[in-house]
Amino acid sequence: MSTRYFGAAVPRLEDPRLLTGRGTYVDDIVLPGMLHAVFLRSSVAHGRIRSLDPSAALSMPGIRAVYAMADFVSFGSGPMPTMAPHPLLKSPITCSPLAVDEVRYVGEAIAMVLADSRAEAEDALAAIELDIEHLPVVANARQGIADGAPRAHSGRDSNVIATLRGSHGNVDAVFAAAAHRFSETFEIHRGGCHAMECRGVVAAPEPRSGELSLWTSSQSPYMVRRHLATYLGRDEADIRVTAPDVGGGFGPKANVYPEEFAVALAALACGHPVKWIEDRQEHFLATTQQRDQFWSLEVACDAAGRMLGVRGRCIHDNGAYAPYGLILPATALASFPGPYALAAFDLSIDVVLTNLVPTTPVRGAGRPNAAFVLERLADTIARRLNLPREEVRRRSFVRAEQMPYVTGGKMRDGSPVAYDSGDYAKALSLVVDKIDAAGFEERRAEAATRGRLLGLGFASCVEDTGLGPFEGASVRVTPAGKVVVATGAASQGQGHATTLAQIAADALGVDLSQVTVKAADSRIFPLGISTIASRVAVTAGSSVEIAARKVRDKAIKVAAHILEAGEHDLEIENGQVRVVGVPDMNVPLSTIARVLSGSAGVPIPAGVEPDLAATGYFEANQLAFAYGSQACEVEIDPETGDTRITRYVVAHDCGRLINPLIVDGQIRGGVVHGIGNALFEHMRHDEAGQPLTATYADYLLPGAAEMPDIEIHHIETPSPRNPIGAKGAGEGGTIPAVACVISAIQDALGPAAPFITMHPVSPEQIVEWIDQTRK
Amino acid sequence: MKAPPFTYHDPRSRDDLIGLLAELENAKLLAGGQSLVPMLNFRVVAPDHLIDINRIPDLAGIRLSANAVVLGAMTRQWDLQASADLAATAPIIREALAHVGHFQTRSRGTIGGSCCHLDPAAELPALCALFDAEFDVAGPNGARIVKVGDWFKGYLESALEEREYLQSIRLRRWPAGHGYGFSEYARRRGDFAIAGAGALLEFAEDARIRRAAIVVFGVEPGPVRLVEVEQILVGQTFSEAVLAEAAAQASALDAMADVHVSAAYRRHLAGVVTRRALTEAARPARQAV
Repeated sequence: MSTRYFGAAVPRLEDPRLLTGRGTYVDDIVLPGMLHAVFLRSSVAHGRIRSLDPSAALSMPGIRAVYAMADFVSFGSGPMPTMAPHPLLKSPITCSPLAVDEVRYVGEAIAMVLADSRAEAEDALAAIELDIEHLPVVANARQGIADGAPRAHSGRDSNVIATLRGSHGNVDAVFAAAAHRFSETFEIHRGGCHAMECRGVVAAPEPRSGELSLWTSSQSPYMVRRHLATYLGRDEADIRVTAPDVGGGFGPKANVYPEEFAVALAALACGHPVKWIEDRQEHFLATTQQRDQFWSLEVACDAAGRMLGVRGRCIHDNGAYAPYGLILPATALASFPGPYALAAFDLSIDVVLTNLVPTTPVRGAGRPNAAFVLERLADTIARRLNLPREEVRRRSFVRAEQMPYVTGGKMRDGSPVAYDSGDYAKALSLVVDKIDAAGFEERRAEAATRGRLLGLGFASCVEDTGLGPFEGASVRVTPAGKVVVATGAASQGQGHATTLAQIAADALGVDLSQVTVKAADSRIFPLGISTIASRVAVTAGSSVEIAARKVRDKAIKVAAHILEAGEHDLEIENGQVRVVGVPDMNVPLSTIARVLSGSAGVPIPAGVEPDLAATGYFEANQLAFAYGSQACEVEIDPETGDTRITRYVVAHDCGRLINPLIVDGQIRGGVVHGIGNALFEHMRHDEAGQPLTATYADYLLPGAAEMPDIEIHHIETPSPRNPIGAKGAGEGGTIPAVACVISAIQDALGPAAPFITMHPVSPEQIVEWIDQTRK
Repeated sequence: MKAPPFTYHDPRSRDDLIGLLAELENAKLLAGGQSLVPMLNFRVVAPDHLIDINRIPDLAGIRLSANAVVLGAMTRQWDLQASADLAATAPIIREALAHVGHFQTRSRGTIGGSCCHLDPAAELPALCALFDAEFDVAGPNGARIVKVGDWFKGYLESALEEREYLQSIRLRRWPAGHGYGFSEYARRRGDFAIAGAGALLEFAEDARIRRAAIVVFGVEPGPVRLVEVEQILVGQTFSEAVLAEAAAQASALDAMADVHVSAAYRRHLAGVVTRRALTEAARPARQAV
């Protein structure tokens, strides 16, 4: 088999369609008789609904209905199911599709208006008379965990819904014997996802068949179907869910949302197709985000600065509900010990309810948080012991010869975590070399002549990718000789239509132009999990490989019969099966497909089943661990505090690259997310839980002008844990980026500046630190 | 985020516009729409009538005379930036416009719209303050000229009356060879400045300052001329002492605080940008032809 496409930087097959306006996003779906929905949302962070009177709104032009939860009682009721149940959560902590009685964050949906147009529906919102009694507000996690704090849910005994713990080794003994112990506290903030396309749902009841069709801008369409079917008391087979073209997800679109259920319920209640397109204001209020974590940590090291152990606790702001179970804080915990070979660690995370929009994973989930604190601890050791930062890392990293390395951590099923492959020190050396750390002091001196402070930063990470259990794929050759790949794995722009086609094209020896990928439609493929956790290349990619190889074997078997040749004498090339060395003796795949498609009265060859097609499910029982290092230079204007990243270098190992162009895009975009978290993005709320930065004028999403060029170097250590040797690449850019930028700022401010333990860092904050340093 | 209902009007002449202004209640004028349209979509404003003045001829244009530059109210920010005449006679305008939004918004946004909306951090009203502008307004009760000192009434509030519209803005020309400097600090490219400053300097043959104008914006609700510093500068040669005095005065302004920055940091920045703008203005190579 030739490998013409795997590993090649082929241009994305979906781009001509998407870039010329021929995509089909949820808002492009227009159905006869379709009504437009808007949501009446809570304007208070915590309150009790006393009354709701829609009568004035109902008499306004174009208004067809105003629904509260009670109006859906014949279709469904009660709180939403949890996406990821956890043994520590005795009962789901979720909201109803529309709030009943109590609202717990600004933006929680209370009622919905259906109208002939979105504008008319919005006009009617102000006419709904809503009386809400204000209740005490928990506006941040530290307040929520304090004695005597108000309750984020008035019926709950405590705002702490769970305490997660991860430990390994005898931490007390390791700390007692260590040469040095250092303590730090950290305040970490990450913002939202801000996908270019906001969320959107269209639900259409089929009056004759009773089926319900749902189009949703989701990373998890099959999860939406499963939970909606349960909620409605229907069979999954009666619900069709499609994720059409989706304009970015970055984590929050993996959640199953109250609006998805409410739109479906409204469509069933009114008998019309119903469309809801989230606007950007709603996105700021009601799409899940990440937010604050407060860490108190202690690190132990030996006399040479080798990191030995970490212990401490974290307070995690989970927001008003736990729709995604405890996955977000759990990913922070599961990210320890990072690239470090620790003799022991002992960490706990208190998961706290607040009256703010729920948190769920955003690109990297809790991993950037864990990477930030671990990398800052490594920098603490370097600072206190006056060692080069790289040296602390080289002495502390898991070494290549230790692979596979059992970390002491546990998988979700309790089995031990073992890193599969790689050379962590090599990645660090690569970025140190490529950014020319040796020449840095010269550059720093030059910048000083311009009145600027230059700083150099490093950070590293290990990332668990390819989360199980599976994504499946089917591969089918049509009688025209075209190859159709179908999978449940939804794309939000990652280029699945190209990468999965590359794998299939190689296995079947066809031109890439002959392969079409269809995805995320429950009528096209029966099962799917979720496009999360950098898992699709590993899971769906491997499944395509498995399915395509089955099809290849089948084609060769049939060709052997047609050509009267031995199977091992045949090869597959240029859309044909041919005899090795005798290219004229061949049979096109289209002919084989036609034979296996059957003709009336004509038997198909013995020993093969009809249809030149196969399905593959790669079961990812073990994680594939990607890793990497990053280095950057920042230039600070000490008068304004302005911080520009002037250089950025990434070394990344995601195993075998399917398409370097796409991987580079993933890494580059990931780094941008991290830079946003380090310097710009801050979702602020006041003490009443009111969002203060709910527009792009106030929420500083960085733009292209704020971004440096990002230089990317790949190390390719194939993962032994899947048939294509891939590791995920979607989050590795983000995970160490904040730590890298902050390390560079620290370096620029010099040894007299306070040790930086928080992010994002504002220019005002930097000016304050410079002032403190000068005093 | 859809606008509330309104009736749309698009007059084709100044007379038609004045007729609508006389007749309609609760009307808003639509110029480039870069502030008004988002405000409509956020339902911050809910006019009963929207009068689109984009189709009235002669409201846009750049005219130079011996003493003045007259800018039609509907002149697009992009046209101001692109004008070679303007760049030659008042080069600070082109420099400042690079900071006004993004090229997409500049291709629609107008100088009149910016001067009537009056965001505290807007560059164009600040330039008007710097150039001692006169605002030519008209309405059913006739036309009048408003001097720049009377134009800024408060936060987002100009002297334009409810039934008036802005026709043009007249800037005083500075002589050939004047120095200019512009500096602002914003978090992202195209953001409203946290603080900004513009400076113009005219030098006599003996290198003493003959005339000075300094404006600080984004700090108080409207642009502020540092008149005292300007007076101190006249007759002096440029010096560190002069710069320090200017920065000190800018740092003493009554700065606003917001969700992003404290008043103290904004005052500090006001000093920094004022010093930078003046330093630029004093550089011989930076003097206009």
